[in-house]
Amino acid sequence: MNQLFFAVSTIIVGVFGCVAYFYFSNIVLDRVFPARGPNAGRNINRSTAIRPWLFVLPALLVLGLYLVYPVFSTFFLSMRDTSGDFVGAQNYVWLAGDEKFRESLGNNLLWLVIVPAASTFFGLVAAGLTDRIKWGSLAQSLIFMPMAISFVGASVIWKFIYDYRGENQGEQIGLLNALVQAMGGDAQAWITLPFWNNIFLMVILIWIQTGFAMVILSAALKGISEETIEAAYLDGATPLQIFFKIKIPQIWGTIAVVWTTITVTVLKVFDIVFAMTNGQWGTQVLANLMYDWMFRGSPDFGRGSAIVMVIMLLVTPVMVWNISNAHKENR
Amino acid sequence: MADLKLTDVDKTYGKVNVLRDIDLTIKTGELIVFVGPSGCGKSTLLRMIAGLEKITAGTLEIDGEVVNDVPPSQRGIAMVFQSYALYPHMTVRDNMAFALNIAKKPKAEINAAVEKAAKALQLDPYLDRLPKALSGGQRQRVAIGRAIVRDPKVYLFDEPLSNLDAALRVATRIEISQLKEAMPDSTMIYVTHDQVEAMTLADRIVVLANKGIAQVGSPLELYERPRTEFVAQFIGSPAMNLLPGKITGTGAQTEVTLDAGGVARADIPTTSDDMGKLVNLGIRPEDFVQTDGDAIFTGAAEIVEALGEVTLLYLPAKMSVGEGADSANQTHLIAKVPGIHDDLKGKTVKLTADPSKLQIFHDGVTMQS
Repeated sequence: MNQLFFAVSTIIVGVFGCVAYFYFSNIVLDRVFPARGPNAGRNINRSTAIRPWLFVLPALLVLGLYLVYPVFSTFFLSMRDTSGDFVGAQNYVWLAGDEKFRESLGNNLLWLVIVPAASTFFGLVAAGLTDRIKWGSLAQSLIFMPMAISFVGASVIWKFIYDYRGENQGEQIGLLNALVQAMGGDAQAWITLPFWNNIFLMVILIWIQTGFAMVILSAALKGISEETIEAAYLDGATPLQIFFKIKIPQIWGTIAVVWTTITVTVLKVFDIVFAMTNGQWGTQVLANLMYDWMFRGSPDFGRGSAIVMVIMLLVTPVMVWNISNAHKENR
Repeated sequence: MADLKLTDVDKTYGKVNVLRDIDLTIKTGELIVFVGPSGCGKSTLLRMIAGLEKITAGTLEIDGEVVNDVPPSQRGIAMVFQSYALYPHMTVRDNMAFALNIAKKPKAEINAAVEKAAKALQLDPYLDRLPKALSGGQRQRVAIGRAIVRDPKVYLFDEPLSNLDAALRVATRIEISQLKEAMPDSTMIYVTHDQVEAMTLADRIVVLANKGIAQVGSPLELYERPRTEFVAQFIGSPAMNLLPGKITGTGAQTEVTLDAGGVARADIPTTSDDMGKLVNLGIRPEDFVQTDGDAIFTGAAEIVEALGEVTLLYLPAKMSVGEGADSANQTHLIAKVPGIHDDLKGKTVKLTADPSKLQIFHDGVTMQS
């Protein structure tokens, strides 16, 4: 009961606090630069210049506090050892030589190449195919559905698909093993197969992200002028040629945005690996490695933070490109 | 190079019938214009000829061959769209070469065709630009160039000038008519709702209304001898005045007594059977002249619009309201008299017209044979 009370009062104070801030700060601004008197014109110009800053100020402060400060704090942490003493770049030197780190980096690279490409490709195909059929919107809802499932939830679902029972552990219940056995093969412990287990984990993220890619690309495809497609048809282009030579070039910008957005998600991939293998059998990735060092066994905040800095370094350029692409799209 | 023949063509969308029993023969080298009010199916008819819409019933022949089920690219047609429909990601050169590239023509041949068309349309300086770097008129020329490059038997134009501003529209209209003269063998079909374009460009005009063809004829034929009230009011601006009346005299000339009181004699022969028929007398605004003697219509000029070379007079009158009339036609008789007469506002005006210029319509159809 107490908690409920606090939650409700926090919401009320928060919402009304915001409204009050905007309302009163606006009034104060109008008092300082009144829109009348001898300097009315100059005052209006000044207050219009200040007003946007006034209104984004709270957001800027909060973002600064919760995003910018932790970045620097993590950076300083990454130069300390377990006892909190300053050790310079020693954690980074250790990283460079660590085998698990190299494995993670390699796996992340693999994820980076395969997942965005496959998700965008399947999304594009799904968008192209569902565009013109009657039950297309139903198909789209089904394909989009996995987006509503959390990564951990999706992992649980796929754990059942990949499930393997060893000998004397009873019947196989995994869907994949059922299929393999039906076709005469032997049951496998899929998530322990070296190299391929990485691919099996990626399938989960592709399954989730295809819906996202499809929805965005489908909207972009609908935005293409119908007449250019008719013109190409009259020019003798086949449906496949129309798709590749007329439609895709016209939505390149959107494809780039989808691709980079998924890339950012992939670089941060954690939940799926954590829930499926916890980085065993050669499936370690950077985010899970960081979690291991930060919170498991004998925690080492220095090394964990060093890994975080590497992830951030990798994500930032993709992020910048993504945002600039999205800006271009909006223009 | 191509005769085009439509026989009993119908078009229905689901249960909605949009075109019915279209019969039309277009001869090689003709420039045919489809006109009609919005929603009359003129664009649909053009798109059926192009192959973008299925023909529900009837046949379409090009050069004697039924092409109902022939894909558009093999019908020997090229189409210019209202929105130009240029491929935004391709240069002008690639836009024009696209069809030939798809057909896998040799590179040298494609280049020659593109250069030639570009020269004819004065597009050569822009060949390596993207469409977005061109003005509206240039874009429309690229769209026309894209059609020329394919060397089609039939050119189809779907309201190609409606996205251009007024001055450019006139210039491009003249270019299209020059293009036609340079290619006397190609057949062209042109859709527009602008009757000035229709009158100036067409060899023959097809007026579409009520899901069918209202009349086919040369521009002057449609102007001078409209078969129905609809065509009479659709061709010409302001639209023809239709005054309700009754036939009170027959013979070589027909006498019509208007409900408003005036009497008119038209050079249209009738027989005694026609005596007493209720008719509409059609008079074009430009055919009215002011008179001091017997007038067909007498009334006060409520609104006077002096345009310089002519003055439009609006006289309140009980008008017969047809489908082709604009709103002013329904409540006012409009007269277009030469010169400046802004002093006539509120004054009583007596109007008459030459008997040879008058039209008589009975049940919406002309009594002229």
